[in-house]
Order: sequence, then C-alpha cells, then structure tokens
Amino acid sequence: MIGKKKGFSDMIYFDNSATTKPYPEVVDSFVKVSNDFFGNPSSIHRLGVEAESLLAQARKQMSELLQVNPSEVYFTSGGTESNNLAIKGTALMYRNRGKHIITSAVEHASVREAYQQLKELGFRITVIPVDAEGRVSVTEIEDAICHDTILVSIMHVNNEVGTIQPIEEIGNMIKGYSKILFHVDFVQGIGKVALNIQKHHIDLCSISAHKFHGLKGTGVLVVREGVQISPLFSGGNQEWKLRSGTENVAGAVSMAKALRLTLQRYETKLRQISEIQGYLLKELKLLEDVVIHTPNSGRAPHIINFSVKGFRGEVFVHALEEKGLIVSTTSACSSKKKAVSHTILAMNVSKDVAESAIRLSLSYENTLEEANKAISIIKTTVTELREVMH
Amino acid sequence: MLNHIYLDHAATAPVHADVIETMAVVMKEQFGNPSSIHSFGRSARSIVDESRSKIAKSIGARTEEIIFTSGGTESDNLAILGVAKSYQKNGNHIITTMIEHHAVLHACKSLEKEGFEVTYLPVDEYGQISVEDFKKALRDETILVTIMFGNNEVGAVQPIKEIARLLEDHQAKFHTDAVQAFGLMDLNVTELGVDLLSVSAHKINGPKGIGFLYVKQNTALTPLSFGGEQERKRRAGTENVASIAGFAKAVEIASIDRAEKVEQFTELKKLLIKSLQSRDITFSVNGLLENSLPHVLNLSFPGTDVESMLVNLDMEGVAVSSGSACTAGSIDPSHVLVAMFGQESERVRNSIRFSFGLYNTKGQVERSAEVTAKIVNRLTR
Repeated sequence: MIGKKKGFSDMIYFDNSATTKPYPEVVDSFVKVSNDFFGNPSSIHRLGVEAESLLAQARKQMSELLQVNPSEVYFTSGGTESNNLAIKGTALMYRNRGKHIITSAVEHASVREAYQQLKELGFRITVIPVDAEGRVSVTEIEDAICHDTILVSIMHVNNEVGTIQPIEEIGNMIKGYSKILFHVDFVQGIGKVALNIQKHHIDLCSISAHKFHGLKGTGVLVVREGVQISPLFSGGNQEWKLRSGTENVAGAVSMAKALRLTLQRYETKLRQISEIQGYLLKELKLLEDVVIHTPNSGRAPHIINFSVKGFRGEVFVHALEEKGLIVSTTSACSSKKKAVSHTILAMNVSKDVAESAIRLSLSYENTLEEANKAISIIKTTVTELREVMH
Repeated sequence: MLNHIYLDHAATAPVHADVIETMAVVMKEQFGNPSSIHSFGRSARSIVDESRSKIAKSIGARTEEIIFTSGGTESDNLAILGVAKSYQKNGNHIITTMIEHHAVLHACKSLEKEGFEVTYLPVDEYGQISVEDFKKALRDETILVTIMFGNNEVGAVQPIKEIARLLEDHQAKFHTDAVQAFGLMDLNVTELGVDLLSVSAHKINGPKGIGFLYVKQNTALTPLSFGGEQERKRRAGTENVASIAGFAKAVEIASIDRAEKVEQFTELKKLLIKSLQSRDITFSVNGLLENSLPHVLNLSFPGTDVESMLVNLDMEGVAVSSGSACTAGSIDPSHVLVAMFGQESERVRNSIRFSFGLYNTKGQVERSAEVTAKIVNRLTR
C-alpha cells in the first residue's frame, strides 16, 4: 500500500469527481464478459455474434437508462473523447454553414482545449461569463447567437464547484434556432442530478463511466436521431461509422451495469448524499476564514468547494491526506500543472482565495460518519497549519 | 465453449486469465485517477509508469515514446493524421499500400479530402510491395510513409527495414501498423528504423479498448483530442489504468517462449495444409509461407464461396473469417485479395483466413482440416 500511515481502506475518499471506485458488480461483469465473450462483434461466427448481441444489449440498457433510443448511443473511450467528438465533429461537419460556437467560461479542459484547435481552423468562439455562483445566463447566450452559429456547448454540472447550469432553459431557447446544435457535457451530473436529454432538446450529450463507478476507458456520446457529425478517426466503420475501432464489449456491458446501479442509488440515496453535503457546508461555514465556492442553491449534491484563506490548496490537500482524508484542489485533469481553478476565477473570486480552493466530492457510498470525521480532520488540520504558520 | 475451435485470432484473441486477474485487482484496489496528487492518484500513476516502461522495453523504445490509446484504430489515425497535420508545411504527399488495414486506408482517404496526395503502392500476387515501386513513388515533398509490418489477411511481411534505410536521409516520417505482428515478430524500433508504430492489446490476449502508439522522440504529432495534459499532451483523457496494466501483463505473457510460439504456429500452419492435402481437396495458399506472419494462413478453395464456407464452418464449431473482422458484417470482397489477384479473380470470393493463437492444438487443427475438407467436398460436388 502506498498510503504512509493508513491503508487505502481506512481512508475517507472524498474525491469522487476525479474518479470513483468501480462497484464490485461492475468488475464482475467485466471479468465475466472478458472470460466468456471475447469475440470481435464484427466477426460473423458464433463468438462474434454473441459479442455483438451483448454489445447491443448494453446499448439498449444504456438507452433505457438515459431515456433515448438505442441508435442514439455511441460508445467511446470516455468523457474526453465524447466531448472532442461532439465539438470537433460538429465543427467539421458544418464548417461550411458557419464558424461560430458558443460556450461557457467554466467548461472542462476537454471542451476548452478542443476550441484551441478550432480557433486555428478559423472558428470564432464566444465564451459566456458566469455569475458569482458560477452560472451562465440564458439571455446572454441568446444574445451571442449570430447568423453563423452552429453549436452551443454548455456543461450540466460544473466539476469544480457543483453549479447546475440552466440546461432546460437553454435547450428550450435553442429549439427556436433550427441550425444550431446543443451539446451538454453531462459527465459530472449523471446519476446525481436528473437531466432529460430528449425533453431539453439536447443534440449531443457526453458521459464517462468512471465517474459513476464504472470503468475508465469507457464512455458514451448520445447523438440525437437525425443529427450528423464527423468522426474524429476512421477505420472499420463501427458505431454507425462515427467511431471506428473494435468495440470494448466488456467495458460497455460493465458501464451499463454501473449506470443501472447508480440510478438505483439515486432513487434511494439522494436524500442521504444531500444531507451529508448540507452537513459539511454548515460545519465549514462555522470555521474562521472560510469562503464557500459551491452555490447555496442550484447545486449538485456531491460537490463542496471552499477555501481556507491563507493556505495553498496543495499544502492543505497533503495535510488532510496525512490524517486520512482524500480530497483535491481542482479538477484532476488540470491538477498536475498546479493551475488555479479557472471556474473559481471565472466566478470573480480573487486569485489568492482561488489558490486555496479545495474540493470535496462525494459518492453514494460515503456516509455521514465519514463526513463527521472529515470535519474533525479539517478542523484539526486548520489549527495545526495555523500554528506552523505563526 | 463446447467443442468450439477458435481459429480467428487475427480478429481478436481470448483474454488471458492472468490479464483479467491483473485488471480486476487494479480496478478493486487502485482505482485512483493518475492525475490526482494524493496517494490514490500516485499509486495509479505508478501502475501506468511501470506498465509503460515494460511495454517500451518490449520494442526497445524509451518510456516517453509510448502513447497509450484506445486501440489500434486510434493509434493508426493518431499517427497518420497527427503527422500529416504537423508536417504539412513540408509537403502534402503520403505513401501507403493498397493492402493496409482500414484504419490506415480510411485515415489516408480523409486526408485526400483535405488536399493531401496519397500514393497507394500495389502488391504482387504474394501480397508484397516492391521496393522499386516505393523508390519511384518517393518524392521530395513526401512527409509520411505508412506501411504495415505484417498483413492481417494474408500475413505478408513487408520490407520495413529496407524502406526505413531508404528514408534515412529523407524528411518523411515512417509509420508501421504492427498490430498483427506485435507479440510474435521481433520488433525493435531502433533496428527497424521506424518513427511511429501502432499496436493493439486485444490481438495479443489483452483487453479490448487499449493500444499504444510508439512515437520516436522529437517527432511532432498533432493530437486527435484535447483536454487534460495526459500522455505528454498528445492524448487527453483519464488514463485507462486497469487496461494499461492488463496490456503490460499481456505483453509479458507474449514475450514468454515467443520463439517456441512462432515455431508452434508455423507447425500448425503446415499441419493444416498437410491435412487438407491428404484429404485430396483442391486449394491454394494466398501469399507465401515464408516471409509471412506465423499465425495467419489464407487459403483459397476453388468452387466454393466464402459466405457458405464461413456459415458451414461455424455450424461445425470452427470459427474462422473471410479476412479482416472489421470489414466483416458486409462480405465485400477483401481489398487485400483484390490488390493481389484483381477484382475478377475467383480467389476474392472463395478464400478463408485461419489464424492461430494460444491454446490452439494440433488436434484442433486436424479436426478443422477434416471439417473444412468435408464442407469443401459438399460445396463443390
């Protein structure tokens, strides 16, 4: 075990927005399919047909859980690929129609970075700012629409502070513009905050399995019936030509299992996770020099982001880990380069305070008892760090 | 599978029990995100690092020259599109062959639409390109040469080293799709002299959904997708830690007794041919027995048609294929056989690929020959 003082199992894992622990049933599914159904779904012999039918079954389950049609479910290698496929695929498909895209200031790196390349290809990107709660305004999005706008891409739940964006209102507004596609990065929201893909007029919707106790390397892009986009890469024409490459059958089956189990817990444990979040927020507010970045309302139930003024995020994260509490500074995908959370900066928080930001992120597996312990660890750590600094 | 004989390892191979075990342990115990700075993240990172180092060593590469991808298709596309976009200022000409995997051919086609010019080298009736043709095709403005190491349908091994030598003083980057060759052939990137090399895990008893691209240091590569800074900014997305660990395990397994396996598969090939000959049916080998991948054997059975052959063999419990699994589904004539024999040849409609792997036995091969002979006799009566 790597943990210095405690084994992994003794640790409180509050970094579920970075990645989650796969459910045992998910691992079992993966093992069973890998053992018994290793065929290539494109092969026409029995082993291939069996693999193909398992893949179709996984697709059907995913579609039912997402309330879309099976033919709208495209398997990918994860959230980053889904986001890139949606954005670049739309841009390249419709570049003759228009070269303008609208997005928000608080998107995930895989969305933000995809635009860099598009800019080089001559696309214009309008970045809609957010308010102090990290939320975009529907009016501002509508005002930004030009004659050559081809795509609006807005995330559902922000991965750093947990703000829920007004997806339903944006969808209703965009419905009036028949030439604009609407993409939603649903990676953080799925299983925690409901989203009706069809009703909200979403054309493209990204999800990633390892954020809901599925496996890394598996994800989905939902592409609404009738919407055409260009592939990121080509080859054997799998996934209706949109995503070539031998299908990861065991991965897809285990993802369907993970989503089913997660949505069951959504039914039974949503109240519990909200209570844990409420408790953590309440206790954190009582501490001196604490700034809460997670909004008071319109927030996902699993993310709590705050700063203790005067402590650098990384220092605090390591100090908490010493005592058995696992949290993170910012999104895992950008934590390597020690960047300040761009979401919190976009919320007009000073750089100082943003540099101290810490994210706690829960899953349905976390308990109130863990939250109790976490608060006492945070309190002790704050006291100790203050002593060191004085 | 009851009495099932699997001779379609070039399509995909059974996942080795030790690979599955390795993966399950990582999934359960080391599920962290390698980009996280805490111990869960660091522990996951160390698995990725160790696996990368093992895999790099297997082809004589440096650790930082390995980019993990979602598989062979992504590796081929990343290599071809990535090099083309990075070096288009130096020229717009690409050389490939007519018998590449569709991941390569379609990537080249998509570049043609963007204004690149692609030369598709022909092959002879044995599936071999000619070095003379290559020399003639090479121009000053060639920026990329992509030629597969060993063909997935007929097994033909191409003169990679020779071509690499011809490119030593040329600007063009040299990519080889080694998806079928990796694990059996000796692939040392320095000896081969290639700049990029694609591999997929599920062809060597590893999991589906993972592969790698070797990219020689100082080779520029425009990514396909953007996001986090994973894989040195060349392939964004949370690393598929468990599959990477499973891949490394599969590489380790493949390296054990590699020479014996090559010999064993070559023996199985010869045995299949001998057993068919002894049953007095007419057939011929598409390609050569020497200078060929040890596990791939493509046979033409005059008077039959591929579809009834496959269906009948499947009913008898023998899993083989018409060629690349990725083009299966539709039984269009194989582009590889068309390149070798021409559109009009009988062979493009009566050929079957047998491909061997771990666990195949002489008994299975003899039984397959018996079944094949029976079906051929029935179909040609």
